[in-house]
Parts: sequence; C-alpha cells; structure tokens
Amino acid sequence: MSRIVVHGLEKSYGDARVLERVNVTAEAGEFLSLVGASGCGKSTFLRILLGQEQQSSGVVIVGDRPIIPEPTPQRGIVFQRYSVFPHLTAVQNLLLVADFRSGGPFGRVFGARRRSARQEAEAMLERVGLAHARDLYPASLSGGMQQRLAIAQTLLGRPQILLLDEPFGALDPGIRVEMHELLTELWTEHGMTVVMVTHDIGEAFKLGTRVLVFDKVRHDPQFPSAYGATITYDLKLDRKTRASSHHLAKVAAMVGTTRPDTAMATTAS
Amino acid sequence: MLAKEMSARDEVSETGGEGTVRPSRPRPRVRLRMINAKVSRGSALFLGCLPFLFVAVAYLIASAQRLAVNLSDKLLPSPAQMWSAFLDLATVPDKRSGDLILWVDTYASLLRLFAGVGVATFAALSLGIAIGFIPRVRAFLLPLVTVVCVIPPLALLPILFIALGLGETAKITLIALGVAPVMVRDIANRVMELPPELVAKAQTLGGNSWTMVLRLVLPQVMPRLITCVRLALGPAWLFLIAAEAIASTEGLGYRIFLVRRYLSMDVILPYVAWITLLAVITDWLLVRLSQAVSPWAHPAEAR
Repeated sequence: MSRIVVHGLEKSYGDARVLERVNVTAEAGEFLSLVGASGCGKSTFLRILLGQEQQSSGVVIVGDRPIIPEPTPQRGIVFQRYSVFPHLTAVQNLLLVADFRSGGPFGRVFGARRRSARQEAEAMLERVGLAHARDLYPASLSGGMQQRLAIAQTLLGRPQILLLDEPFGALDPGIRVEMHELLTELWTEHGMTVVMVTHDIGEAFKLGTRVLVFDKVRHDPQFPSAYGATITYDLKLDRKTRASSHHLAKVAAMVGTTRPDTAMATTAS
Repeated sequence: MLAKEMSARDEVSETGGEGTVRPSRPRPRVRLRMINAKVSRGSALFLGCLPFLFVAVAYLIASAQRLAVNLSDKLLPSPAQMWSAFLDLATVPDKRSGDLILWVDTYASLLRLFAGVGVATFAALSLGIAIGFIPRVRAFLLPLVTVVCVIPPLALLPILFIALGLGETAKITLIALGVAPVMVRDIANRVMELPPELVAKAQTLGGNSWTMVLRLVLPQVMPRLITCVRLALGPAWLFLIAAEAIASTEGLGYRIFLVRRYLSMDVILPYVAWITLLAVITDWLLVRLSQAVSPWAHPAEAR
C-alpha cells in the first residue's frame, strides 16, 4: 500500500562495503523477491528497510517520506527464527498486537477493547488454521505452525509493507508449498507491498511479481571487501515470464546456488 | 575394529556371569560408553542416598567410639543428645527471656535474609533491565556496577556498622550489597542477550520502550531472575551469619557463635542442619515459583 524508493543506497561496516549503488523503485502492492548468493547483502538491505540498521549513504523513501530509522508499525517483519514470542501462547501472541497498539501504561487493553481484540485474534487463528493450537506455547508448535503464527501476528498489525527474511527457509518442502498458498492468499486479501528475501529461486519466481538479483559486479582481488553488491538483474514477472525456464535458468546461473530444474519444480507446484 | 568390538562383547558376556556354562549364543547386550549409560529412577535415588548414608554412618561410629571412652564428651554428641537439645530450644521457653529460642532465632534470621535478598532482587530487576535495555543507562551505570561487583562485601561490614549502627539496617544492607551487584550484572547480560529479532518485531507491532519492558523483557528475564535469586541465597546466608556473629542479640548465626564458647556441639550441629533444611525448602519453593510464573521456560514439567 506504500511505494518504496531507494536511491544511491550504500552500506559499509568499517572498511567492508556490503551494498553500493542500489537503486530501486517498488510500486504499492508489488511483491519483490530478493535473491542472491549468501552474504551478498540482501538481508542487510531488508534490515535497512525494517529500520534495524541504517544506510551509510543514499536515500530510502517509504510512502512519501524518508524512512524512520527504527522499526515502526508501518513495516511488518517475519524472520526465519525467533519469529514469535516464546513466552506467550498462540492466542496471546496475537492479542499482544492490540496490547502494544494501545500504548497504555500497562501494555494491555481491557474491557470491550480486549473482547474485540480477542475476537479478531480468534478469527485470525482460524484464518491461518491454528485454532486448535490457540493455547500452546510456540515451543510445542512445529516450524510451519510457528511461521503461520508469525505471519498472522504481523498481519494483525496491518503493516503497509511486509518484510520477509527467508520466512520458509527452515521448513519442509511440503509445508513450504502450503505456506506459499497461504501467503499468496493473504497478500491478495490485504494488498500490501511485500519484500521477501529467499535462497529458493523457484519460490522467488512463484510468489513475486518482480525478482531482484543482488550480486557484486566489481572485484578487487587484493581487497575482496572493497566493493559491495548491487542489483544486477531486475525482472518484472507476468504470467509468461513466471513460467519461463529461460529466465529461471538465467537467474539461477547468476546466483549460482540452486539447480534450475529443482527451482522449476518449485515454481510448478 | 569390528573384531575388537566383537571380542569386547564376548568379554562382557563371559565376565557378566550369566550363569550358563557354555554361552553358545551371547546375549545381544552392548556395553555403552559411561557417558551414555542411563540411570533408572530407582537406582538414581539409591545412588543419591548413598553419600548421605555414608556420612551418617561414619558420624555414628565416630560418635559412639568417643562416647564409649568418655560419656561427657562434647565434640561428637549422639543423635539422642542433639535431638533433646534441639527440642529444648524449640519447645521450652528460655529461663531469662521466656522466648522459644529456636523460633525467635529463625524468625529474626529469615526476616533479615528475605529483606536483604528482596531489596537485591528489586535492584537487580529495575537496574538490570534499565542497564540491559537502554544504551544511555548502560553507559551511565555499567562501569559503577562492574566496580562495585569486585569489592569484597565483608570488607564493607565495619563501614556499615559504623555508618548505620549495629541494628537491623546494617545487616540487611550487607546482604543486599553483597548479592545485588552480581544479580544486576547477570540480569543486564540476560536482557542484552535477547534476540534482536524479538525486539525489532515488538517495535513493528507498536511497542514503545515501556510496554516492551512490561510485555517482552520482564517475562523473558523472569526465569533467569529466579535462578539468580536461588544462586544468591548461598552468599546471602554467608553474609547473614557473618553479620549475626559479629553484632546481634538473636538469630541462627548468633546462636551458633554464642554456644561455640561452651563447645555445645549438640546445639551447633542441629542448628546447621536446620539452616540447611530452611535453605533447601526456599530453593524448592523458588523452583516451583519459576514453573508457575514461566511455564513456557519449563516445557518438560509443564507437559
């Protein structure tokens, strides 16, 4: 629901440059898949969008204002690990959203607002298929259930932008397909802008409306960390390109990790 | 390699003494490494009791031997002597003051102990969370806490007695000062170890600094805080008894040091056992408290 504009973004840790000359404009409602080899800075890019880290130089605009340099409810996040609060049961995890929202001195809503928050939480649990697990702690939920809970929790916060950091990286292939369907449905319902980091190129093509490849274009053999990665390939997907093995193979070759045939299989599923 | 294992297995079946003369087919019993051999509930109980039994028997023998030589020996009193001395203190009012000494001592000591540890716990919770969660407070207070941590508390005792008098305040302050700095550091560390993902997520859900303390940090450090208190109770007893030994008119530590002058081992030993019992009960209660307050941190017991 908000556009993201990134211009001339650069990120360095001391002497080591991770990202450089990153320019991208995402229209509201787009689904961006970020792929690239490990350690190429795509997660750093996501953390900058989240506000957990700040760019060394360049401009990031979310909506029509420069990004606020700390995490805010404008941008929701689902991590691969530590995605939900382990000290709260499933339903408490969802109620927490209303509690935090209220901002009161007790960090908790009461009375009629609590009842409506509870109804909303129950409905959301039902929506993501966790109604039977409402009173379980995350430790006794499976990986897939935890990620479903995490997505439900994030969506209850009604973010304009949804950030996903390898959300399905630790899940079994079967569960992963299930999660893809859920995420696609929720994205269609809510219509927010999504930025997803993934290792799985098939997943990137299947879910995204646009695939961005991060890679290093300049190399200094004497000082490998002198240059950072940038966006080397920006592919808008429509029904034709999504299924095209040609594009998939091209991106797979750039990233150099996944075999195109397995990626093709994911896209088809 | 395989042959070696096979021969080892044969050895087991032979030395194991299965009773058969000709073990035509060795039973498929594998000798596990020491670190993998599980202990059943019953044998764990038995093994756990053994050292206690050993100490008790050794004491009984030594005591009986000494008493056989000299009936009025005071160093190793018999269980009966200790029991009667203990009963006297617990049930017979003191001639001079009319108090039941054991209960007066216990009440005075526990009050000091819990007041001191309570103050320390409150300090650990408030300061620890502030230092761990808020960078500005960390920069301001962490150096001080780190330095205070290395001061030997008993060296402060004379200062406390001079500054605060010989009353309860000095003793409670000693206990609190003795255990609080370590607890503050521990809690601060625990808060700093919170996964940054959780803190970031809480902010994206609309948490502010205060509500995150209430709903994220506090519940997350609760199990650690209770562990901290359990660990701090050991030193707390030490400081309590030291303070009571030096300046007091009642208390468990005071009594032990008072009767030491008369070599009254029949009072000292039951008092030590009584203190041990109190400490064990406190510890057990704290474990139960942790299970009740943070069931998520004890998945095995909760389910």
